[in-house]
Amino acid sequence: MSYLSIRDLELRLKGGGRLLRRVSLEVARGEVHGLVGESGAGKSMIGKAVLGTLPRSVEIVSGQILLDGTDVLAMHPAARRRLIGATCALIPQDPLTALNPAHRVGPQITDRLVDILRWPRAKAEARARELLAEVQIAEPERVMRSYPHELSGGMRQRILIASAFAAEPKLIVADEPTTALDVTVQKQILKLIKAMQERHGTALLFVTHDLGVVSKICQRLSVLYAGMVVEDTDVRTFFRAPRHPYSRALLAATPKYTDPTHSLTPVPEAVIATVRAEVAEADRRAGA
Amino acid sequence: MLDGRGAIQHRAGPRLWLSALWLGLLVVLALGAPWIAPKDPLAQDLMLGRLPPFWIDGAEPGYWLGTDSLGRDVLSRILWGARLALTVALVAGTLTCLIGATLGLMAGFLRGASDLVISRLVDIWMAFPPVLFSILLVAVLGPGLFSIIAAIVLIDWTRFARVVRAEAMTQGAMDYVASAQVAGRGRIGTMALEILPNVLPTIGVLLTLEMGIAVIVEAILSFVNLSISTDAPTWGGMIAEGRTSVHQAWWVLVFPLLALFLTVLSFSQLGEGLKDRFDPVLR
Amino acid sequence: MTEIYRVEGLHLSLADMTRKPLLGAAPRIEILKGLDFTIPRGAVLGIVGGSGSGKSTLGRALVRLLEPSSGSIRFEGTDITHLGEAALRPLRRRFQMIFQDPMSSLNPRHRVGGIIAAPLRLHGFDDVAARVGRALDHVGLPRGFAARYPHELSGGQRQRVGIARAIALEPEFILADEIVSGLDVSSQAQVLNLLGGLVRDLGLTLAFISHDLSVIRRLCSRVIVLYQGRIVEDRETAALFADPQAAYTRELLDAIPLPDPDQPWT
Repeated sequence: MSYLSIRDLELRLKGGGRLLRRVSLEVARGEVHGLVGESGAGKSMIGKAVLGTLPRSVEIVSGQILLDGTDVLAMHPAARRRLIGATCALIPQDPLTALNPAHRVGPQITDRLVDILRWPRAKAEARARELLAEVQIAEPERVMRSYPHELSGGMRQRILIASAFAAEPKLIVADEPTTALDVTVQKQILKLIKAMQERHGTALLFVTHDLGVVSKICQRLSVLYAGMVVEDTDVRTFFRAPRHPYSRALLAATPKYTDPTHSLTPVPEAVIATVRAEVAEADRRAGA
Repeated sequence: MLDGRGAIQHRAGPRLWLSALWLGLLVVLALGAPWIAPKDPLAQDLMLGRLPPFWIDGAEPGYWLGTDSLGRDVLSRILWGARLALTVALVAGTLTCLIGATLGLMAGFLRGASDLVISRLVDIWMAFPPVLFSILLVAVLGPGLFSIIAAIVLIDWTRFARVVRAEAMTQGAMDYVASAQVAGRGRIGTMALEILPNVLPTIGVLLTLEMGIAVIVEAILSFVNLSISTDAPTWGGMIAEGRTSVHQAWWVLVFPLLALFLTVLSFSQLGEGLKDRFDPVLR
Repeated sequence: MTEIYRVEGLHLSLADMTRKPLLGAAPRIEILKGLDFTIPRGAVLGIVGGSGSGKSTLGRALVRLLEPSSGSIRFEGTDITHLGEAALRPLRRRFQMIFQDPMSSLNPRHRVGGIIAAPLRLHGFDDVAARVGRALDHVGLPRGFAARYPHELSGGQRQRVGIARAIALEPEFILADEIVSGLDVSSQAQVLNLLGGLVRDLGLTLAFISHDLSVIRRLCSRVIVLYQGRIVEDRETAALFADPQAAYTRELLDAIPLPDPDQPWT
């Protein structure tokens, strides 16, 4: 059974347009599910809706978000926050702003365990050291006493990963976690996330615009356009035989250095017209 | 639009219209004071002292907002006082803005020696307590319209210089400035044509705030009797007089205070409102 | 002359303001540590490297937004290494730059038409309106876009405005600094195809800075790989991809996630 299941989720900008159009997806325990699409397609919104961190200007119109069978949207907000705090975590996009520059690294990992999950401080600190070692940080003790600005971008991203796994969450949302990093560092970080996720059996919702990254880390993916899932399939099928014309067009636009004959083709107007028509049709049916 | 994000629009809120309305009304009333004011603002009539406003028993027709202890018409004095308040606001505000913003722009964009000199000057200037400084200045220069304006400009230019300098530094780091350099534009041209339009909204907000501040400073100076000649009607002077008799005739204090309050509030709201309404980037 | 740029022994250091002592000058960090290369006329040169490799600094030195500390940069035979701004001005028309972030490189208070026209007026071109129109045609934007503000455009459209501004001056050389890194793949493909076409049609020489070797392979005839302020490889594109010599080049290539679940990625 899937751990996270999103059913017919509809998001709207308050007093404005629709952001998500009946989005449904399932993420099994220990599975990595990619969310891809162009900027503005709504892929980050799904992660934010799951974690309950949507901006105030966005409202949930309808739909269900089930965590292990419990509809979190039907819960009392306080109870929902407790459940999500105990079972979910986020690996954010920008390692430079995600750590508070005014505090040392150690407390930023342990505070959540101590304050929210009521762990004894000694246990939380032991756990933090253990995790920093697990994300291949050589001197956990020294790093925990450091301030964020004393550490490199790759190092900070490792700390954020350690912090995300600290409370043994069942689900982690990773929102473009490697976009800000160099390609060589990106590779290390992706491999690290993958290894940690496999070892801990965590379900991972991985938001990215990079199909190359998806092919390395995900088992399944959903392709979004204008807040609508146009294709939801396993990774192998997607890269071998994408069904939707928009998926095919995205692949054709993605550069591939090993194939010099692969000419980059922008998504053709006709394909955009097709998916826009599908979106309009979905809107019409929703309105009817 | 398929993407909902384009749908947000900024509307001109009521604060823009209300503040513009009040200030517009005030300008008309101030300009027309010689014809609109029902009485001579200086005419005293001790027989008609401390008359209440029109809706209270004992009011005298023609004295809409009552009279002060010397029997002078409060409404007429407020209208004449508005002339001085607005003159100071416009002239002092504009001059402060021109001087402060120019220096701030130079310091923030040209950097180097000009920044060093201007920033030090600002630091030193801001070490003086502003109200005492202004009272000292007017005391030295002698009371009068020119002194008030000079005092405000001399004290408040640092406010513009500091904020505009910070803003110009931010803008100076943007690539459009490098792009102007690649295109071959000189430093001064870049400052005037590329940076200035981007700091203009900030300057506009500061300018309206400054006008409000100028009104207050003028009121403070007349409150301590350092404004123009002592019997000319000023809001600050009226407030000072009203304060002494607030238990017998509250209206002498309250009406000029209200006019002052609304005017200062309107200036600050006008700036914010204009920025929301006309800034193409925010829209 | 077959080369448009000749760079010899280029060193560039910048003041490190974060380590500036309270009194006295800030220490200088050396960003470029002695670069030698040439850019042949008509070439599309890729400059690739990670963050901190000095690729953007090199680009800004080529168009003299930065002044080198030592060494020399010759543009069309003229030594521009230490030229002052006044002496550079007539040359500036001939080497142009397209910036990474079109949102910050297009003045938000100016309309697209004004943004493209301003450099033309500065360099005394006649018939400015017609030239603006032609530049918009070249980058595939409707002429009506001249009346719009940058924030009314999409990312890809803004980047086209940046390209239009550069080509309107009919330069011989254009530096493109990470110009597709903020774009979606589809807009990226459009901008790359557009740039490739313009280089061919207008006979431009292009230096294309990127962190992405996939993009470089698509566009460039020659590649310089920078690592910590030094050139570690300078080869024809095909040769470099077939047989990368420097360890860092191989590491870069190996790190690229290909859109292919079967690619071994160790």
